[in-house]
Amino acid sequence: MADVSQDSGSHKKGGKKRSKKLPTRIDFTPMVDLGFLLITFFMLATSLIKPQTMEITMPSDKKVEDVDKAVAKASQAVTLILGKNDKVFYYFGKTEGAQVIETNYAADGLRKILLEKNFNIAKQVEDLKSEKIKTHMNEDVFQKKLGEIKANKNAPVVRIMATDDSNYRNLVDALDEMNICSISRYAIVDIDEQDLQLIRDKNI
Amino acid sequence: MTAMCDVAFLLLTFFMLTSNFTRKEPVLVATPSSVSEIKIPETNIMTVLVDPTGKVYFGIDGQDKRELLIEKMAATYKVTLTPEERKRFSLLDLFGNPMYAMKAFLNLAPDVRDLPQNNMGIPTDSTDNQFKQWVKLAREVNPDLRIAIKADEKTPFPVIKKVMKSLQELDENRYNLITKLETTPGR
Repeated sequence: MADVSQDSGSHKKGGKKRSKKLPTRIDFTPMVDLGFLLITFFMLATSLIKPQTMEITMPSDKKVEDVDKAVAKASQAVTLILGKNDKVFYYFGKTEGAQVIETNYAADGLRKILLEKNFNIAKQVEDLKSEKIKTHMNEDVFQKKLGEIKANKNAPVVRIMATDDSNYRNLVDALDEMNICSISRYAIVDIDEQDLQLIRDKNI
Repeated sequence: MTAMCDVAFLLLTFFMLTSNFTRKEPVLVATPSSVSEIKIPETNIMTVLVDPTGKVYFGIDGQDKRELLIEKMAATYKVTLTPEERKRFSLLDLFGNPMYAMKAFLNLAPDVRDLPQNNMGIPTDSTDNQFKQWVKLAREVNPDLRIAIKADEKTPFPVIKKVMKSLQELDENRYNLITKLETTPGR
């Protein structure tokens, strides 16, 4: 491949004089080198991967109509407090007299608790997902049904409070768990003195 | 041997057609991972980059929109910029400097622009919330903008809280957090 050579022989036909062609050899290696250089350039300078995003919607600062605000039952309220060094605490129900329990972001920690709490809905979502694969459900239909499942009035409501010692990764992990455990309603709220008091002893 | 040459050119053509150039960012940020598979939109996007030290960078796409934006900001903060400086601004994907340092920053040579000492981050404290102003004017320039926050894993939460609070005050309640894909749920 490195060279292309023209036919060096030429038959003498009928005694006519033909000039003898010298064999020419062209070396194509530089072209291949350029080709690889260009490939390397494109491989390094461009990217095929598009980074993913998580969509989140925050509650509005303005006052919400009381009718729209869903009243969270104390039994269904879960509060997560994100502490420092990747610690996370949780308690059920109201802030007063709550039992704060420490856990972590591993699969057997926070996710286990949330899945237990959200068992019914999580199971329904799982069933819907397997149904989607079996019946080749349309994406819009799937989303609509998912919304219906999540609109269940008895679904747990999670409040996420991040202390100043936590980092962004903790927040994203917590939001991720919301997604994985199919929690329908959650909100990121500011931490207050009462909650800080609850974890003061444990958050060292 | 010609086969190898052919393969090389095929690969080259593939890369030329399917990929797009990555944006140059002032700081390299390691985003946390999540299971979310929603892709980032390519146009009409406002990027807020927060590095681990807490500096805030801001950028929108569209060169003409950037020119409009810098004109408005310059008018608000009473900084005069020559058309040449505005043009230079419109070529930047992301920038992180308070307005009073903007003129000096735009006059730096391109290779020193990304050094940490030349990027002080956009102020987000309540006394001088330039970040809020940038977002507000960017929204005026392009009403369809979607906000995307790209922060490092180790960014301390108070900085993020300030950013989210500024956005909340401007009634920007829908935004995206940029993450990388987590291969298996759980660590």
